[in-house]
Amino acid sequence: MDIEKIANPKIIIKDLNFYYGNYRALKDINLSIAEKMVTAFIGPSGCGKSTLLRTFNRMYQLYPKQKATGEILLDGANILDSKQDLNMLRAKIGMVFQKPTPFPMSIYDNIAFGVKLYENLSKHDMEARVEWALRKAALWGEVKDKLKQSGTGLSGGQQQRLCIARAIAVKPQVLLLDEPTSALDPISTAHIEKLIDELKEDFTIVIVTHNMQQAARISDYTAYMYLGDLIELGETSTVFTNPKRKETEDYITGRFG
Amino acid sequence: MTGALAPVVFIPNFVFCPIIIQVKKHTTMPMFSHEARLKRQAMFDLLFRGLTRISAFGVLALLAAIIVSLIMGSMPAIHTFGLGFLASSDWDPVNDKFGALIPIIGTLITSCIALLIAIPVSFGIAIFLTELSPRILRRPLGIAIELLAGIPSIIYGMWGLFVFAPLFGDYIEPWINRHIGTMPYLGPFFSGPPMGIGMLTAGIILAIMVIPFIASVMRDVFDVVPALLKESAYGLGATTWEVMWQVVLPYTKVGVAGGIMLGLGRALGETMAVTFVIGNAHELTKSLLMPGNSISSALANEFTEAVGDLYTSSLIELGLILFFITFVVLSIARYMLFKLGQREGQAS
Repeated sequence: MDIEKIANPKIIIKDLNFYYGNYRALKDINLSIAEKMVTAFIGPSGCGKSTLLRTFNRMYQLYPKQKATGEILLDGANILDSKQDLNMLRAKIGMVFQKPTPFPMSIYDNIAFGVKLYENLSKHDMEARVEWALRKAALWGEVKDKLKQSGTGLSGGQQQRLCIARAIAVKPQVLLLDEPTSALDPISTAHIEKLIDELKEDFTIVIVTHNMQQAARISDYTAYMYLGDLIELGETSTVFTNPKRKETEDYITGRFG
Repeated sequence: MTGALAPVVFIPNFVFCPIIIQVKKHTTMPMFSHEARLKRQAMFDLLFRGLTRISAFGVLALLAAIIVSLIMGSMPAIHTFGLGFLASSDWDPVNDKFGALIPIIGTLITSCIALLIAIPVSFGIAIFLTELSPRILRRPLGIAIELLAGIPSIIYGMWGLFVFAPLFGDYIEPWINRHIGTMPYLGPFFSGPPMGIGMLTAGIILAIMVIPFIASVMRDVFDVVPALLKESAYGLGATTWEVMWQVVLPYTKVGVAGGIMLGLGRALGETMAVTFVIGNAHELTKSLLMPGNSISSALANEFTEAVGDLYTSSLIELGLILFFITFVVLSIARYMLFKLGQREGQAS
């Protein structure tokens, strides 16, 4: 599917290349991410799907020797531009990681942490925001009586939902999920998948997953990547039932990978 | 600590010698009794174990012996002055009146000044080394900071007296006098003749000496913070400062506190460098610019001159007090680092 065919793109990527030192990890990527849809990146390990995700909030910039060239347009503005303010970018694009990473503070403070970076809310407004985020992340019922307890005391699945709540509390436009269920048990995974389905009403979601069934279950669009190339992007139902490229078919039918 | 390790390292050489000889016998004489060999090995093993145990407990015994002799030595002073020794600012060898207040205050104040300066500087060094420094600079800078810890304290003392104190007295102290010395409330602590030597100078020299300890512990504990945790905070749009201050520091707080305690332990007991620059005056003054005294420098300066049992005994009691203070501080430090180790064990 060509870039143009995605009706309502939130992010448009043009000729994106990514380098770890001299190693070229992404090769001339062109793709679009549809607004308020779930786009999944699938592919074998090392294909560059996490790397691609990490260019969207320029997380790679923490590390010297990693660089990206090309354009990533968020609502038409190039976020790879050196004039782009990183903190403002990350307010618009939230991220959740492979493993739950609660901060060493209370559940309440975990959520308030990101909000305090951008907004000066009154105590009452902050409490409302924390509750809103926890409700969105389907965690409110489980933690409402222990908001002052440490976030590290929750179960793995709860911790990951806490991280999602923390990310959406800032009210970002895009949510990046980097294998968010890879460290979780099947029940917690089901919770998170259901949650993703609800969250796409408000957020544009990009998810990297190793699990093809997961991509098939929750995404609207699927991009298959291999060795730094984008092989195919299309509506999930099409990619999984009637892929255009032979490589994609081999991968999703398990003949390879 | 090296004293405790040395004998343990040495013993095996003697103990293993016979075993090696015996193995040779075995290869030349295959008929050598198997059982006898096992028996001898078991015996040597027992001997070896016994020797290591003796050296380990020897250290404990030594510690106990030092405490006991300190207590016995200070008995005359304890009998004469009682608890009042801790609160009295007398130090009058002619009339045999002694009190520990001035040296105790001097030790605590110089150590506090040292920590007030060293903690933020060390935090900055550790942030730079773990987060901001280009990769090629990390090792050389880290090694340089550790080398600072290896400079003998007498060199810090000489440098402090001959280089730092004159500069401090000529340029910095007049400035402090003019600007801070005239402030209400704060003023009395920062006024006085700009002599260069005094409590403040001693505190600053101590700060330089404990920075390497605190900074390297902080760097080590910051290094073990999971990258994903930091990325999560950066991913929310936090700046390096916000990540370090609000996420990394709370995550490592026990280790950081342990490192600070180690630095404090060193600052409390430091003798030579402090003796050079503190001024060694038994006077109770508010001003940090005035000369004072610390427990360790009082001991170093006065032991050779101490005539009379009560004078010597009072000095020994000073030593006992210092021993007690550093023992408590180091115990807390060890305990905190131990707790940190336990938590890491759980995490992995």
